[in-house]
Amino acid sequence: MNAGAILTSLVDGLLIGVVYGIAAMGLNLIWGVMRVINLAHGALISLGMFGVYLLFSGLGLNPYLALVLVALMGLLMGILIYAIAITRVINAPYLSTLLATFSINMIVIGLGTAAFTTTPRDTGFSLGNVEVGPLTLQGTRLIAALVTLIVTAILYTFLYRTRTGKYIRAVSNNRSAAELMGIPSSRILALSFGIGTMLAAIAGGLIATFFSFTILSGDVYQQKSFIIGVLGGLGNPLGALVGGLILGVLEGVLPLAMPNTWVPVIEFVLFILILLVKPSGLLGGKK
Amino acid sequence: MSILLQVQGVIKRFGGLQALTQVTFDLPKGQILGLIGPNGAGKTTLFNTINGVYHPEEGRIIFRGQDVTKKMPYHLAKMGMARTHQIVRPLNELTVRENVMVGSCFGHENQNLSNAARIADETLAFVGLAAKADQLAGTLNVAQKKRLEMARALASHPHLLLLDEVLAGLNPSEVDGMIQTVLNIREQGVTIIMIEHLMKAVMNVSDRIIVLDYGEQIAEGSPSEIVHNEKVIEAYLGDPRLAERLMEEE
Amino acid sequence: MKQWLHPGFWVALLIVLALGLAPIFSQNAGLRETGFTILLAISMAISLNIIMGYTGYVSFGHVVFYGLGGYTGMYLMDTWGAPLPLAVLGGGAAAALLAFLLGKAILRLRGAYFALATIGVNEAVRTFVSNFKPFGGPTGIELQFSVYKQYGGAADALWLTYYGVVGIAVFALVFSYYIKTSKFGLGLMSIREDEDAAEVMGVVTPDTKTLAFVASAFLPGMLGVLFFFKNGNVEPSDAFRLGFSIESLVMIMLGGQGTLLGPVIGALGYQRLRGLLLTSDVMIGSLPLKDFQLVIAGLLMLIIILFIPAGLVGWLRQRFAWLRRILV
Repeated sequence: MNAGAILTSLVDGLLIGVVYGIAAMGLNLIWGVMRVINLAHGALISLGMFGVYLLFSGLGLNPYLALVLVALMGLLMGILIYAIAITRVINAPYLSTLLATFSINMIVIGLGTAAFTTTPRDTGFSLGNVEVGPLTLQGTRLIAALVTLIVTAILYTFLYRTRTGKYIRAVSNNRSAAELMGIPSSRILALSFGIGTMLAAIAGGLIATFFSFTILSGDVYQQKSFIIGVLGGLGNPLGALVGGLILGVLEGVLPLAMPNTWVPVIEFVLFILILLVKPSGLLGGKK
Repeated sequence: MSILLQVQGVIKRFGGLQALTQVTFDLPKGQILGLIGPNGAGKTTLFNTINGVYHPEEGRIIFRGQDVTKKMPYHLAKMGMARTHQIVRPLNELTVRENVMVGSCFGHENQNLSNAARIADETLAFVGLAAKADQLAGTLNVAQKKRLEMARALASHPHLLLLDEVLAGLNPSEVDGMIQTVLNIREQGVTIIMIEHLMKAVMNVSDRIIVLDYGEQIAEGSPSEIVHNEKVIEAYLGDPRLAERLMEEE
Repeated sequence: MKQWLHPGFWVALLIVLALGLAPIFSQNAGLRETGFTILLAISMAISLNIIMGYTGYVSFGHVVFYGLGGYTGMYLMDTWGAPLPLAVLGGGAAAALLAFLLGKAILRLRGAYFALATIGVNEAVRTFVSNFKPFGGPTGIELQFSVYKQYGGAADALWLTYYGVVGIAVFALVFSYYIKTSKFGLGLMSIREDEDAAEVMGVVTPDTKTLAFVASAFLPGMLGVLFFFKNGNVEPSDAFRLGFSIESLVMIMLGGQGTLLGPVIGALGYQRLRGLLLTSDVMIGSLPLKDFQLVIAGLLMLIIILFIPAGLVGWLRQRFAWLRRILV
């Protein structure tokens, strides 16, 4: 094996990792703000995939333009889900929100399977390859990583530079104190769930530009999001990006040393170990 | 007089915060020790350190002749230490009787279920909750929940009972009832440490008093020594006249 | 033993016996298949209820015990020629061992962290088994037909597994009731209500929780062996299907967690509904209703969680105080 191949695996891993990171960021944001583990996350990633696929293959829209529409729909859908399934049980024991989000997962997957079956789909979209020195990189992956970084930057500006963003952080820190200061917490929670869902949809849409998928594919990325969540610190959105990079590198490099099928074993064992040793995540997060 | 509990040079820190500094005292069998101090003085932290919820950074705790510094709360419960919580912690979805049975089944005497049920009923009668035995604990009012805490602790027939503000939030007639209960418990030979904000009550029932301030043990002595102690007056009671008034009330 | 006279126990036992014995008396193979599915679901729900309903630790990965037990039993039969009863016990023992080893570690985690860890454990074991050569890796284990011959052929073997599942369901119910009315059960419920307060009262929580986890694990371990023996083969994706865990959770929620009767009623109701949906010939547009099975199950679950979180039995107990004496 030559150095070029290793470097390519590494950089490929980094590019994919960034996209994993944005999926996990959605999960982390929701956990951080309202202590809800969103088990519908995978289904929403799948919807993002189908959104881009349908707009591109059906209407011939540019995938990145489609992504903007998919992001908007994700935002609205998240707010809707919050209003229907979460708001009633937001203060109930955590089992309620876990099962409420899982029932949304079942409904979305069920409807998706009825509508789209589970035959794999492929957008067939390509931007060719980019040669950088000894590296050969897929254009779609490069753009996906770039889009992710832009979205992250926008999210951070929003969270740290706008009033609404500050409200979100205040609610995340201490909801009852935020309410005492007159922050409309239920609207902020709904918006946060919407943003979390939007990030899931964007991740799904980006993945659809370079991988084939079914309505069930989101599940895999949901589990990766969990792993990234504990790697980067549950509730810590920027940590998710770092966690995503770590996971991406592991997935890029580990197959060079062992059969591909052992990689998830390592990932899940790592996940359990981190949960046991430091549940707030390697990089620290919200307790 | 034999010593039931020894606390020797106990230091407890939370991060950079020193919650307890060199707390040291001996508690003879059969006494009531009052533990007073302003809010945040470390009284509940001391309880938590004595009964194994926290482990001290330095110092030793010796209970019934055994070093129990590193023991867990359930070890101490089995050795005969029982406590109540400042903020009541009823097992809401269990009945009042079942709550008390937990104390009897898993505490010092390790009773079986049928003995525990009998002991629970006796204890509930003793604290005046017999009529509520079949109700869910979650349906009790605050005063009743305080009595339930007491009953759970008593049902284990402990050697040492830690009472954390059992009088707080009670109305005057309830306070009198509870004080009588505490005195009755002592008559049964149970040693007691009580944290209390209600000065008159704690001065009346305690054999000795320890005053904590910012985690430091600033005074120790009989109730009358404590009210005349300069440091206590300065740190805790505020003005000297207040102390005099307190004594007059007795 | 006054507690064995409790009407709530007999109601539950009658339901399980009636379900279990009907196919045996009628010798009807169709009824037997339905009965197998329902009794398997009831036993799964009862076992999960021990750790979730009594102890308050919600496991999303309960299926890991079912899968690992199933694999162990199939391995014992396929490689070592073990007879079915021994394989069933072996499966139960393997599941119990896993629970014992994991218990002390992951039961330190509370709330959502525990739930996440159980998902992680199931996925870790699933991906590991997919790589584990003695268990056949990704293709799993398929039993030779000769294995069934010693039980008088496939038809008789099916009846044998059915007697097995009836036995396990009855045992599960008695076991669950025994736990609930024992001192151990009182300890579990005190942990569920307030773990720190329970510790202060002397409940040795790490050991008690681990024991509950083991008690909750060995039943699915045995059930897995029966199911995959009947099925003829076992694969990682069938054995460790997370959805099966969640279905068990839903059944418990439907009936009422922490009650003896709840998992029985919940499993029965859920499986009946599922059966109705699968056999219904109603069409929605151009699609048969059974394609919407998952959607309907999801909606049902959402409605329960939002409006009757205590489940049917829990709701009845809250609504009618006198029922508390009857329904345990």
